[in-house]
Amino acid sequence: MIINVIQNLVDAISVGSLYALTALGIGLIFGVMRLINFAHSELLTLTGYTLLLLNSEPTAVAIIGGVVVAIAIALATERVVFRPLRGADPTTLLIASFALSFFIQKTLALTVGSKTKGIDVLPQLGAQIVIGGVRFQLLKVVTIVVTIVLLGLLSWFLKRTRYGRQMRAAAENFRMAQLLGVRANLVISLAFAISGILAAAVGILFVSQSGFLEPRMGLQLVAIAFVGTVIGGLGSLTGAAVGGFLVGAATVLLQAVLPLGLREFRELFVYLLVVVILLVRPQGLIPAPGLRQRV
Amino acid sequence: MQRRQSPTPQDDRPILAVSDLHVAYGTITALRGITVRINQGEIVAVVGPNGAGKSTLLSTIAGLVRPRQGQIQYRGHSLVGRSIEDILRGGISLVPEGRHIFSAMTVEENLLLGATIRNDAREIDADIDSLTGRFPILRKRWQQPAGRLSGGEQQQLAIARALLSRPSLLILDEPSLGLAPGIIDEVYRILLEQRSRGTTILVVEQNATRALEAADYTHILSAGAIRLSGTSKQLLENPQFDAAYFGVAPPEGSSDRDHKRHSKLG
Repeated sequence: MIINVIQNLVDAISVGSLYALTALGIGLIFGVMRLINFAHSELLTLTGYTLLLLNSEPTAVAIIGGVVVAIAIALATERVVFRPLRGADPTTLLIASFALSFFIQKTLALTVGSKTKGIDVLPQLGAQIVIGGVRFQLLKVVTIVVTIVLLGLLSWFLKRTRYGRQMRAAAENFRMAQLLGVRANLVISLAFAISGILAAAVGILFVSQSGFLEPRMGLQLVAIAFVGTVIGGLGSLTGAAVGGFLVGAATVLLQAVLPLGLREFRELFVYLLVVVILLVRPQGLIPAPGLRQRV
Repeated sequence: MQRRQSPTPQDDRPILAVSDLHVAYGTITALRGITVRINQGEIVAVVGPNGAGKSTLLSTIAGLVRPRQGQIQYRGHSLVGRSIEDILRGGISLVPEGRHIFSAMTVEENLLLGATIRNDAREIDADIDSLTGRFPILRKRWQQPAGRLSGGEQQQLAIARALLSRPSLLILDEPSLGLAPGIIDEVYRILLEQRSRGTTILVVEQNATRALEAADYTHILSAGAIRLSGTSKQLLENPQFDAAYFGVAPPEGSSDRDHKRHSKLG
Protein backbone atom coordinates (compact mmCIF):
# COMPACT_ATOMS: atom_id res chain seq x y z
CA MET A 1 0.00 0.00 0.00
CA ILE A 2 2.63 2.52 1.12
CA ILE A 3 4.80 1.41 -1.80
CA ASN A 4 1.93 2.13 -4.12
CA VAL A 5 1.54 5.62 -2.70
CA ILE A 6 5.24 6.36 -3.14
CA GLN A 7 5.21 5.08 -6.71
CA ASN A 8 2.19 7.20 -7.52
CA LEU A 9 3.87 10.22 -5.98
CA VAL A 10 7.01 9.71 -8.07
CA ASP A 11 4.80 9.35 -11.15
CA ALA A 12 2.99 12.54 -10.25
CA ILE A 13 6.21 14.44 -9.63
CA SER A 14 7.77 13.28 -12.87
CA VAL A 15 4.73 14.21 -14.98
CA GLY A 16 4.38 17.43 -13.00
CA SER A 17 8.04 18.16 -13.79
CA LEU A 18 7.46 17.92 -17.53
CA TYR A 19 4.53 20.32 -17.33
CA ALA A 20 6.51 22.65 -15.07
CA LEU A 21 9.32 22.86 -17.65
CA THR A 22 6.80 23.42 -20.45
CA ALA A 23 4.94 26.09 -18.49
CA LEU A 24 8.24 27.77 -17.67
CA GLY A 25 9.12 28.01 -21.36
CA ILE A 26 5.76 29.61 -22.10
CA GLY A 27 5.96 31.86 -19.04
CA LEU A 28 9.42 33.12 -19.96
CA ILE A 29 8.28 34.32 -23.39
CA PHE A 30 5.07 35.78 -21.97
CA GLY A 31 7.15 37.65 -19.42
CA VAL A 32 9.33 39.51 -21.88
CA MET A 33 6.93 39.84 -24.80
CA ARG A 34 3.37 39.39 -23.52
CA LEU A 35 3.15 36.64 -26.13
CA ILE A 36 1.42 33.36 -25.34
CA ASN A 37 3.45 31.23 -27.68
CA PHE A 38 1.45 28.19 -28.72
CA ALA A 39 4.17 27.43 -31.24
CA HIS A 40 6.20 26.37 -28.20
CA SER A 41 4.52 23.00 -28.77
CA GLU A 42 6.21 22.68 -32.16
CA LEU A 43 9.60 23.07 -30.51
CA LEU A 44 8.82 19.92 -28.51
CA THR A 45 7.53 18.13 -31.57
CA LEU A 46 10.48 19.08 -33.77
CA THR A 47 12.89 17.92 -31.08
CA GLY A 48 11.14 14.56 -31.19
CA TYR A 49 11.43 14.30 -34.98
CA THR A 50 15.09 15.28 -34.80
CA LEU A 51 15.64 12.35 -32.44
CA LEU A 52 13.98 10.10 -35.01
CA LEU A 53 16.14 11.50 -37.79
CA LEU A 54 19.30 10.91 -35.74
CA ASN A 55 18.13 7.57 -34.42
CA SER A 56 21.09 5.68 -35.84
CA GLU A 57 23.59 8.14 -34.38
CA PRO A 58 24.98 7.84 -30.85
CA THR A 59 22.49 8.95 -28.19
CA ALA A 60 24.52 12.00 -27.22
CA VAL A 61 24.56 13.21 -30.83
CA ALA A 62 20.79 12.77 -31.11
CA ILE A 63 20.18 14.68 -27.90
CA ILE A 64 22.51 17.53 -28.80
CA GLY A 65 20.91 17.61 -32.26
CA GLY A 66 17.45 17.86 -30.69
CA VAL A 67 18.50 20.75 -28.45
CA VAL A 68 20.22 22.61 -31.29
CA VAL A 69 17.18 22.27 -33.55
CA ALA A 70 14.83 23.51 -30.83
CA ILE A 71 17.01 26.55 -30.12
CA ALA A 72 17.42 27.29 -33.85
CA ILE A 73 13.69 27.04 -34.54
CA ALA A 74 12.88 29.16 -31.48
CA LEU A 75 15.29 31.90 -32.61
CA ALA A 76 14.11 31.69 -36.21
CA THR A 77 10.43 32.05 -35.28
CA GLU A 78 11.28 35.04 -33.11
CA ARG A 79 13.21 36.70 -35.89
CA VAL A 80 10.81 35.95 -38.74
CA VAL A 81 7.38 35.98 -37.10
CA PHE A 82 7.40 37.70 -33.73
CA ARG A 83 9.96 40.47 -34.17
CA PRO A 84 7.96 42.23 -36.88
CA LEU A 85 4.96 42.03 -34.52
CA ARG A 86 6.81 43.45 -31.54
CA GLY A 87 4.56 45.79 -29.62
CA ALA A 88 1.45 44.48 -31.35
CA ASP A 89 -1.69 43.74 -29.43
CA PRO A 90 -1.42 40.51 -27.33
CA THR A 91 -4.36 39.09 -29.29
CA THR A 92 -2.50 39.60 -32.57
CA LEU A 93 0.54 37.88 -31.09
CA LEU A 94 -1.55 34.99 -29.83
CA ILE A 95 -3.18 34.45 -33.22
CA ALA A 96 0.19 34.69 -34.95
CA SER A 97 1.52 31.99 -32.63
CA PHE A 98 -1.45 29.75 -33.49
CA ALA A 99 -0.84 30.34 -37.19
CA LEU A 100 2.83 29.48 -36.77
CA SER A 101 1.98 26.39 -34.75
CA PHE A 102 -0.42 25.11 -37.44
CA PHE A 103 2.03 26.00 -40.18
CA ILE A 104 4.76 23.87 -38.63
CA GLN A 105 2.36 21.03 -37.82
CA LYS A 106 0.98 20.90 -41.36
CA THR A 107 4.44 21.18 -42.86
CA LEU A 108 5.49 18.20 -40.78
CA ALA A 109 2.40 16.26 -41.85
CA LEU A 110 3.17 17.08 -45.47
CA THR A 111 6.82 16.09 -45.32
CA VAL A 112 7.06 13.22 -42.85
CA GLY A 113 3.38 12.28 -42.71
CA SER A 114 0.76 12.67 -40.04
CA LYS A 115 0.82 9.00 -39.03
CA THR A 116 2.08 8.13 -35.56
CA LYS A 117 5.63 6.84 -35.61
CA GLY A 118 7.17 4.64 -32.96
CA ILE A 119 10.52 5.65 -31.54
CA ASP A 120 12.70 4.19 -28.85
CA VAL A 121 14.85 6.93 -27.39
CA LEU A 122 17.12 6.17 -24.46
CA PRO A 123 15.95 2.55 -24.01
CA GLN A 124 18.40 2.28 -21.09
CA LEU A 125 16.05 4.50 -19.11
CA GLY A 126 13.27 1.95 -19.31
CA ALA A 127 15.08 -0.07 -16.63
CA GLN A 128 13.63 -0.38 -13.18
CA ILE A 129 15.63 0.65 -10.18
CA VAL A 130 14.98 -0.22 -6.59
CA ILE A 131 15.40 2.40 -3.91
CA GLY A 132 14.57 1.38 -0.35
CA GLY A 133 12.54 -1.57 -1.53
CA VAL A 134 10.44 0.53 -3.91
CA ARG A 135 10.71 -0.02 -7.66
CA PHE A 136 10.91 2.99 -9.95
CA GLN A 137 11.34 3.38 -13.65
CA LEU A 138 14.74 5.03 -14.11
CA LEU A 139 13.28 7.45 -16.67
CA LYS A 140 10.97 8.97 -14.05
CA VAL A 141 13.83 9.58 -11.68
CA VAL A 142 15.91 11.05 -14.52
CA THR A 143 13.00 13.32 -15.49
CA ILE A 144 12.82 14.66 -11.95
CA VAL A 145 16.58 15.15 -11.72
CA VAL A 146 16.78 16.89 -15.11
CA THR A 147 13.97 19.21 -14.08
CA ILE A 148 15.64 20.10 -10.80
CA VAL A 149 18.93 20.78 -12.61
CA LEU A 150 17.27 22.95 -15.26
CA LEU A 151 15.25 24.88 -12.67
CA GLY A 152 18.45 25.45 -10.70
CA LEU A 153 20.36 26.65 -13.75
CA LEU A 154 17.55 28.93 -14.89
CA SER A 155 17.17 30.37 -11.43
CA TRP A 156 20.92 30.97 -11.23
CA PHE A 157 20.90 32.62 -14.65
CA LEU A 158 17.99 34.91 -13.81
CA LYS A 159 19.19 35.90 -10.36
CA ARG A 160 22.96 35.92 -10.62
CA THR A 161 23.87 37.01 -14.12
CA ARG A 162 23.74 40.35 -15.81
CA TYR A 163 21.53 39.19 -18.66
CA GLY A 164 19.24 37.32 -16.29
CA ARG A 165 18.75 40.52 -14.36
CA GLN A 166 18.01 42.38 -17.57
CA MET A 167 15.50 39.72 -18.54
CA ARG A 168 13.65 40.00 -15.24
CA ALA A 169 13.64 43.78 -15.50
CA ALA A 170 12.26 43.57 -19.03
CA ALA A 171 9.58 41.15 -17.85
CA GLU A 172 8.46 43.52 -15.12
CA ASN A 173 8.58 46.75 -17.13
CA PHE A 174 9.89 46.54 -20.65
CA ARG A 175 9.88 50.27 -21.41
CA MET A 176 11.74 51.16 -18.23
CA ALA A 177 14.30 48.44 -18.92
CA GLN A 178 14.86 49.96 -22.37
CA LEU A 179 15.26 53.40 -20.82
CA LEU A 180 18.14 51.95 -18.79
CA GLY A 181 19.78 50.58 -21.91
CA VAL A 182 18.51 46.99 -21.86
CA ARG A 183 18.49 45.76 -25.45
CA ALA A 184 15.10 44.47 -26.46
CA ASN A 185 16.38 42.21 -29.24
CA LEU A 186 19.02 40.62 -27.07
CA VAL A 187 16.76 39.93 -24.10
CA ILE A 188 13.94 38.57 -26.23
CA SER A 189 16.26 36.38 -28.33
CA LEU A 190 17.79 35.00 -25.14
CA ALA A 191 14.36 34.22 -23.76
CA PHE A 192 13.49 32.36 -26.97
CA ALA A 193 16.76 30.42 -26.88
CA ILE A 194 16.11 29.36 -23.29
CA SER A 195 12.54 28.39 -24.14
CA GLY A 196 14.06 26.25 -26.91
CA ILE A 197 16.31 24.47 -24.40
CA LEU A 198 13.39 23.85 -22.05
CA ALA A 199 11.22 22.59 -24.91
CA ALA A 200 13.98 20.27 -26.09
CA ALA A 201 14.36 18.78 -22.61
CA VAL A 202 10.61 18.17 -22.41
CA GLY A 203 10.53 16.80 -25.95
CA ILE A 204 13.32 14.30 -25.27
CA LEU A 205 11.90 13.14 -21.94
CA PHE A 206 8.34 12.98 -23.21
CA VAL A 207 9.21 11.00 -26.32
CA SER A 208 11.34 8.62 -24.24
CA GLN A 209 8.34 8.04 -22.03
CA SER A 210 5.63 7.75 -24.67
CA GLY A 211 7.65 6.03 -27.39
CA PHE A 212 5.72 7.67 -30.21
CA LEU A 213 5.79 10.76 -32.42
CA GLU A 214 3.09 12.63 -34.29
CA PRO A 215 2.88 16.17 -35.58
CA ARG A 216 0.22 17.12 -33.05
CA MET A 217 1.92 15.72 -29.97
CA GLY A 218 3.28 19.00 -28.61
CA LEU A 219 0.03 20.91 -28.64
CA GLN A 220 -1.68 18.80 -26.01
CA LEU A 221 1.23 19.21 -23.61
CA VAL A 222 1.40 22.93 -24.23
CA ALA A 223 -2.34 23.45 -23.83
CA ILE A 224 -2.27 21.86 -20.38
CA ALA A 225 0.98 23.59 -19.43
CA PHE A 226 -0.56 26.90 -20.47
CA VAL A 227 -3.37 26.30 -18.01
CA GLY A 228 -0.59 25.80 -15.47
CA THR A 229 0.94 29.20 -16.25
CA VAL A 230 -2.46 30.82 -15.83
CA ILE A 231 -3.22 29.31 -12.43
CA GLY A 232 0.36 30.02 -11.37
CA GLY A 233 -0.05 33.67 -12.34
CA LEU A 234 0.71 34.80 -15.91
CA GLY A 235 4.04 36.57 -16.07
CA SER A 236 5.42 35.03 -12.90
CA LEU A 237 8.07 32.38 -13.55
CA THR A 238 7.82 30.75 -10.14
CA GLY A 239 4.07 30.76 -10.68
CA ALA A 240 4.44 29.08 -14.07
CA ALA A 241 6.65 26.33 -12.65
CA VAL A 242 4.36 25.75 -9.67
CA GLY A 243 1.17 25.92 -11.74
CA GLY A 244 2.51 23.59 -14.43
CA PHE A 245 3.70 21.18 -11.80
CA LEU A 246 0.35 21.19 -9.98
CA VAL A 247 -1.70 20.58 -13.12
CA GLY A 248 0.55 17.72 -14.22
CA ALA A 249 0.76 16.16 -10.79
CA ALA A 250 -2.98 16.53 -10.21
CA THR A 251 -3.70 14.65 -13.44
CA VAL A 252 -1.62 11.67 -12.33
CA LEU A 253 -2.87 11.68 -8.75
CA LEU A 254 -6.49 11.84 -9.85
CA GLN A 255 -5.83 8.87 -12.10
CA ALA A 256 -4.71 6.95 -9.02
CA VAL A 257 -7.30 8.24 -6.58
CA LEU A 258 -10.51 8.40 -8.61
CA PRO A 259 -12.83 5.38 -8.66
CA LEU A 260 -12.39 3.30 -11.80
CA GLY A 261 -15.54 4.53 -13.54
CA LEU A 262 -14.55 8.18 -13.19
CA ARG A 263 -10.93 7.89 -14.30
CA GLU A 264 -11.62 8.65 -17.91
CA PHE A 265 -13.12 11.96 -16.78
CA ARG A 266 -10.07 12.97 -14.75
CA GLU A 267 -9.47 16.10 -16.90
CA LEU A 268 -12.90 17.24 -15.81
CA PHE A 269 -11.73 17.22 -12.22
CA VAL A 270 -8.41 18.85 -13.07
CA TYR A 271 -10.18 21.75 -14.77
CA LEU A 272 -12.69 21.97 -11.95
CA LEU A 273 -9.70 22.52 -9.69
CA VAL A 274 -8.39 25.15 -12.10
CA VAL A 275 -11.74 26.98 -12.02
CA VAL A 276 -11.78 26.95 -8.23
CA ILE A 277 -8.21 28.29 -8.02
CA LEU A 278 -8.99 31.09 -10.46
CA LEU A 279 -12.18 31.99 -8.60
CA VAL A 280 -10.25 32.29 -5.35
CA ARG A 281 -7.13 33.87 -6.84
CA PRO A 282 -7.95 35.46 -10.20
CA GLN A 283 -4.35 36.74 -10.57
CA GLY A 284 -3.02 33.22 -10.09
CA LEU A 285 -1.24 31.62 -7.18
CA ILE A 286 1.88 33.80 -7.44
CA PRO A 287 0.93 37.00 -9.29
CA ALA A 288 3.57 38.81 -11.35
CA PRO A 289 4.52 42.24 -9.99
CA GLY A 290 4.53 43.92 -13.39
CA LEU A 291 1.04 42.78 -14.22
CA ARG A 292 -0.34 43.77 -10.86
CA GLN A 293 0.92 47.30 -11.42
CA ARG A 294 -0.67 47.45 -14.82
CA VAL A 295 -4.19 46.71 -13.65
CA MET B 1 12.48 85.14 -25.23
CA GLN B 2 15.53 86.72 -23.69
CA ARG B 3 18.15 84.19 -22.59
CA ARG B 4 20.40 85.00 -19.72
CA GLN B 5 23.89 83.65 -19.28
CA SER B 6 24.36 80.25 -17.73
CA PRO B 7 25.78 80.44 -14.18
CA THR B 8 28.75 78.29 -15.16
CA PRO B 9 29.21 78.73 -18.88
CA GLN B 10 31.58 76.11 -20.25
CA ASP B 11 30.44 76.28 -23.80
CA ASP B 12 28.84 78.89 -25.98
CA ARG B 13 26.40 76.39 -27.34
CA PRO B 14 23.62 74.97 -25.18
CA ILE B 15 23.98 71.31 -24.14
CA LEU B 16 20.42 70.73 -25.37
CA ALA B 17 18.52 72.81 -27.88
CA VAL B 18 14.96 71.91 -28.72
CA SER B 19 13.62 73.98 -31.57
CA ASP B 20 10.17 74.24 -33.07
CA LEU B 21 9.21 70.79 -31.80
CA HIS B 22 5.85 69.45 -32.94
CA VAL B 23 4.58 66.13 -31.60
CA ALA B 24 1.26 64.49 -32.30
CA TYR B 25 -0.36 61.21 -31.34
CA GLY B 26 -2.47 60.31 -34.32
CA THR B 27 -4.72 63.30 -34.87
CA ILE B 28 -4.15 64.75 -31.41
CA THR B 29 -1.46 67.39 -31.20
CA ALA B 30 0.57 67.31 -27.99
CA LEU B 31 3.30 69.86 -28.70
CA ARG B 32 2.97 72.81 -31.07
CA GLY B 33 6.33 74.32 -31.80
CA ILE B 34 8.32 74.15 -28.56
CA THR B 35 11.71 75.83 -28.31
CA VAL B 36 13.82 75.22 -25.20
CA ARG B 37 17.57 75.72 -24.64
CA ILE B 38 19.51 74.30 -21.73
CA ASN B 39 23.04 75.39 -20.95
CA GLN B 40 25.66 73.22 -19.32
CA GLY B 41 25.25 73.07 -15.55
CA GLU B 42 21.79 74.64 -15.43
CA ILE B 43 18.61 73.43 -13.84
CA VAL B 44 15.78 74.18 -16.23
CA ALA B 45 12.17 73.59 -15.22
CA VAL B 46 9.14 73.18 -17.42
CA VAL B 47 5.95 73.69 -15.45
CA GLY B 48 2.36 73.59 -16.52
CA PRO B 49 -1.02 72.06 -15.83
CA ASN B 50 -1.93 68.45 -16.37
CA GLY B 51 -2.21 67.76 -20.09
CA ALA B 52 0.12 70.56 -21.13
CA GLY B 53 2.48 68.22 -22.95
CA LYS B 54 5.29 68.15 -20.40
CA SER B 55 5.73 64.39 -20.39
CA THR B 56 5.58 64.36 -24.16
CA LEU B 57 8.48 66.79 -24.30
CA LEU B 58 10.63 64.56 -22.09
CA SER B 59 9.57 61.37 -23.87
CA THR B 60 10.52 62.92 -27.18
CA ILE B 61 13.96 63.97 -25.92
CA ALA B 62 14.54 60.46 -24.50
CA GLY B 63 13.64 58.86 -27.84
CA LEU B 64 10.37 57.24 -26.74
CA VAL B 65 8.31 59.37 -29.12
CA ARG B 66 9.19 60.62 -32.60
CA PRO B 67 8.44 64.27 -33.31
CA ARG B 68 6.40 65.24 -36.33
CA GLN B 69 8.54 68.29 -36.95
CA GLY B 70 11.39 70.19 -35.36
CA GLN B 71 14.87 69.56 -34.06
CA ILE B 72 16.50 68.31 -30.88
CA GLN B 73 20.21 69.10 -30.80
CA TYR B 74 22.30 67.61 -28.03
CA ARG B 75 25.92 68.75 -27.88
CA GLY B 76 25.52 69.75 -31.50
CA HIS B 77 24.16 66.39 -32.72
CA SER B 78 20.57 65.71 -33.69
CA LEU B 79 18.68 63.29 -31.46
CA VAL B 80 15.68 62.91 -33.74
CA GLY B 81 15.41 59.35 -34.98
CA ARG B 82 18.07 58.04 -32.60
CA SER B 83 17.30 54.96 -30.50
CA ILE B 84 16.56 55.11 -26.79
CA GLU B 85 19.84 53.33 -26.11
CA ASP B 86 21.85 55.72 -28.29
CA ILE B 87 20.42 58.71 -26.48
CA LEU B 88 21.17 57.12 -23.11
CA ARG B 89 24.72 56.30 -24.19
CA GLY B 90 25.06 59.88 -25.34
CA GLY B 91 24.52 60.96 -21.73
CA ILE B 92 20.81 61.69 -21.30
CA SER B 93 19.02 59.76 -18.56
CA LEU B 94 15.28 59.97 -17.89
CA VAL B 95 13.59 59.41 -14.53
CA PRO B 96 10.03 58.84 -15.70
CA GLU B 97 6.85 59.91 -13.97
CA GLY B 98 5.81 57.31 -11.42
CA ARG B 99 9.46 56.31 -10.86
CA HIS B 100 9.02 52.81 -12.32
CA ILE B 101 11.42 51.03 -10.07
CA PHE B 102 11.46 47.25 -10.55
CA SER B 103 9.37 46.37 -7.54
CA ALA B 104 10.08 42.63 -7.47
CA MET B 105 13.83 43.19 -7.65
CA THR B 106 16.09 44.25 -4.82
CA VAL B 107 17.46 47.75 -4.34
CA GLU B 108 20.88 46.41 -5.34
CA GLU B 109 19.52 44.89 -8.57
CA ASN B 110 17.71 48.11 -9.45
CA LEU B 111 20.93 50.06 -9.07
CA LEU B 112 22.94 47.56 -11.10
CA LEU B 113 20.37 47.86 -13.88
CA GLY B 114 21.07 51.57 -13.92
CA ALA B 115 24.59 50.71 -15.06
CA THR B 116 23.43 48.43 -17.90
CA ILE B 117 25.28 50.40 -20.58
CA ARG B 118 28.57 50.33 -18.67
CA ASN B 119 31.21 47.60 -18.55
CA ASP B 120 33.59 49.03 -15.95
CA ALA B 121 32.60 46.79 -13.03
CA ARG B 122 35.02 48.35 -10.57
CA GLU B 123 33.95 51.90 -11.39
CA ILE B 124 30.30 50.86 -11.12
CA ASP B 125 30.95 49.52 -7.62
CA ALA B 126 32.66 52.77 -6.69
CA ASP B 127 29.73 54.79 -8.05
CA ILE B 128 27.27 52.63 -6.14
CA ASP B 129 29.29 53.12 -2.96
CA SER B 130 29.30 56.84 -3.44
CA LEU B 131 25.57 56.96 -4.23
CA THR B 132 24.62 54.84 -1.22
CA GLY B 133 26.76 57.19 0.83
CA ARG B 134 24.60 60.03 -0.41
CA PHE B 135 21.35 58.02 -0.07
CA PRO B 136 21.96 55.95 3.09
CA ILE B 137 18.44 54.55 3.03
CA LEU B 138 19.31 52.57 -0.09
CA ARG B 139 22.20 50.89 1.70
CA LYS B 140 19.90 50.08 4.58
CA ARG B 141 17.35 48.46 2.26
CA TRP B 142 20.00 46.90 0.05
CA GLN B 143 18.53 43.38 -0.26
CA GLN B 144 14.85 44.30 0.05
CA PRO B 145 12.46 44.20 -2.88
CA ALA B 146 12.26 47.78 -4.11
CA GLY B 147 8.46 47.57 -4.09
CA ARG B 148 8.54 47.68 -0.29
CA LEU B 149 10.23 51.10 -0.22
CA SER B 150 8.17 54.20 0.56
CA GLY B 151 7.40 56.67 -2.23
CA GLY B 152 10.25 58.98 -1.25
CA GLU B 153 12.70 56.11 -1.00
CA GLN B 154 11.59 54.86 -4.40
CA GLN B 155 12.19 58.31 -5.86
CA GLN B 156 15.71 58.32 -4.40
CA LEU B 157 16.26 54.87 -5.88
CA ALA B 158 14.96 55.99 -9.28
CA ILE B 159 17.29 59.01 -9.27
CA ALA B 160 20.29 56.97 -8.08
CA ARG B 161 19.55 54.36 -10.75
CA ALA B 162 19.39 57.03 -13.44
CA LEU B 163 22.69 58.53 -12.23
CA LEU B 164 24.47 55.19 -12.59
CA SER B 165 24.57 55.65 -16.35
CA ARG B 166 26.67 58.77 -15.56
CA PRO B 167 24.45 61.18 -17.47
CA SER B 168 25.52 64.69 -18.42
CA LEU B 169 21.85 65.63 -18.65
CA LEU B 170 19.38 64.22 -16.13
CA ILE B 171 15.75 64.68 -17.03
CA LEU B 172 13.00 64.08 -14.48
CA ASP B 173 9.27 63.84 -14.99
CA GLU B 174 7.27 65.03 -11.97
CA PRO B 175 9.78 63.96 -9.31
CA SER B 176 7.64 65.42 -6.51
CA LEU B 177 4.41 63.71 -7.55
CA GLY B 178 2.72 61.96 -4.63
CA LEU B 179 5.42 62.84 -2.11
CA ALA B 180 5.05 64.64 1.23
CA PRO B 181 6.47 68.21 1.38
CA GLY B 182 9.46 67.20 3.54
CA ILE B 183 10.35 64.45 1.11
CA ILE B 184 10.02 66.82 -1.84
CA ASP B 185 12.58 69.10 -0.17
CA GLU B 186 14.87 66.12 0.12
CA VAL B 187 14.45 65.26 -3.58
CA TYR B 188 15.25 68.84 -4.61
CA ARG B 189 18.21 68.96 -2.26
CA ILE B 190 19.53 65.91 -4.11
CA LEU B 191 18.97 67.60 -7.49
CA LEU B 192 20.74 70.79 -6.42
CA GLU B 193 23.64 68.76 -5.11
CA GLN B 194 23.79 66.80 -8.34
CA ARG B 195 23.91 70.04 -10.31
CA SER B 196 26.84 71.15 -8.18
CA ARG B 197 28.58 67.99 -9.36
CA GLY B 198 28.25 69.22 -12.92
CA THR B 199 25.10 67.45 -14.09
CA THR B 200 22.69 69.51 -16.13
CA ILE B 201 19.08 68.98 -15.10
CA LEU B 202 15.77 69.35 -16.90
CA VAL B 203 12.79 68.87 -14.62
CA VAL B 204 9.11 68.87 -15.42
CA GLU B 205 6.59 69.65 -12.70
CA GLN B 206 2.93 70.36 -12.27
CA ASN B 207 3.81 71.72 -8.83
CA ALA B 208 5.36 74.97 -10.01
CA THR B 209 6.49 76.44 -6.70
CA ARG B 210 9.15 73.91 -5.83
CA ALA B 211 10.51 73.74 -9.35
CA LEU B 212 10.68 77.54 -9.66
CA GLU B 213 12.72 77.76 -6.46
CA ALA B 214 15.30 75.29 -7.72
CA ALA B 215 15.50 76.23 -11.38
CA ASP B 216 17.81 78.71 -13.03
CA TYR B 217 15.32 79.13 -15.80
CA THR B 218 11.68 78.09 -16.13
CA HIS B 219 9.27 77.66 -18.99
CA ILE B 220 5.53 77.59 -18.53
CA LEU B 221 3.97 75.06 -20.88
CA SER B 222 0.27 75.03 -21.49
CA ALA B 223 -1.78 73.31 -24.17
CA GLY B 224 1.34 72.23 -26.04
CA ALA B 225 3.01 75.63 -26.29
CA ILE B 226 5.37 77.67 -24.14
CA ARG B 227 3.45 80.63 -22.77
CA LEU B 228 6.08 82.33 -20.67
CA SER B 229 9.77 81.87 -19.83
CA GLY B 230 12.24 83.46 -17.49
CA THR B 231 14.10 83.20 -14.23
CA SER B 232 12.05 82.41 -11.14
CA LYS B 233 12.14 86.04 -10.05
CA GLN B 234 11.04 87.30 -13.46
CA LEU B 235 8.20 84.80 -13.61
CA LEU B 236 6.90 85.36 -10.10
CA GLU B 237 6.88 89.11 -10.66
CA ASN B 238 5.20 88.74 -14.02
CA PRO B 239 1.49 89.57 -13.75
CA GLN B 240 0.81 87.17 -16.60
CA PHE B 241 2.10 84.17 -14.64
CA ASP B 242 -1.26 82.84 -13.51
CA ALA B 243 -2.84 83.51 -16.87
CA ALA B 244 -0.05 81.66 -18.60
CA TYR B 245 -0.26 78.72 -16.24
CA PHE B 246 -4.03 78.41 -15.95
CA GLY B 247 -5.46 80.77 -18.52
CA VAL B 248 -5.33 78.63 -21.59
CA ALA B 249 -7.74 75.75 -21.54
CA PRO B 250 -6.26 72.45 -22.70
CA PRO B 251 -7.43 71.51 -26.18
CA GLU B 252 -10.05 68.91 -26.85
CA GLY B 253 -8.88 65.39 -25.96
CA SER B 254 -6.17 66.58 -23.60
CA SER B 255 -2.74 65.62 -24.82
CA ASP B 256 -1.23 64.27 -21.62
CA ARG B 257 -3.98 61.75 -21.11
CA ASP B 258 -3.51 60.61 -24.65
CA HIS B 259 0.22 60.53 -24.22
CA LYS B 260 -0.12 58.14 -21.30
CA ARG B 261 -2.16 55.79 -23.39
CA HIS B 262 0.54 55.72 -26.04
CA SER B 263 3.74 55.63 -24.13
CA LYS B 264 2.76 54.38 -20.71
CA LEU B 265 5.71 52.70 -19.10
CA GLY B 266 5.06 49.12 -18.22
